[in-house]
Amino acid sequence: MTELEVKQLIEAALPGARVEVHDTTGTGDHFAARIAAPQFAGKTMLQQHQMVYQALQKYIHGSQAPIHALSLHTSVLET
Amino acid sequence: MADKATLELIENHVKNHKIFVYMKGTPEAPMCGFSAACVSVFQRMGVPFKTFNVLENEAVRQGIKEYANWPTIPQVYINGQFVGGNDIIQELYRTGELQKLINA
Repeated sequence: MTELEVKQLIEAALPGARVEVHDTTGTGDHFAARIAAPQFAGKTMLQQHQMVYQALQKYIHGSQAPIHALSLHTSVLET
Repeated sequence: MADKATLELIENHVKNHKIFVYMKGTPEAPMCGFSAACVSVFQRMGVPFKTFNVLENEAVRQGIKEYANWPTIPQVYINGQFVGGNDIIQELYRTGELQKLINA
């Protein structure tokens, strides 16, 4: 997968979020994402990360899934 | 869908140890950078913790993803509760929250 694809998937699930995605190994399967989203307000880190994993479910689960690792840094985006 | 025996095994792991980490490899020979980083936090804190090498048991490897509703490894449980993966542990460690959780 590309950084752009991952970014777009997150943006689609969290409209209004500021998203940065970085391919950490250059092999299209290990990513690090920094996400600031208004939807994270009032949520624990755990809940915030789970929201992101929900959005990318199809691409993380299963042995054929393209994403092997996804490092996350989440924060609340003050609007 | 994880079978009953696997779910019971996971339940026993997390309820019977204060700090339980599902990781790839072992603390002495971690097989993944995130698993290694996660375990090193507890080693640095000098707190006792137990780990399980998911590479040795595919049923557990998949079962824990269902159990915690979390798709990646490592997975850390403290006081029987799922706390998060490496990113969360690093952040909690940085802010001092992790020590508080362990002291609870």
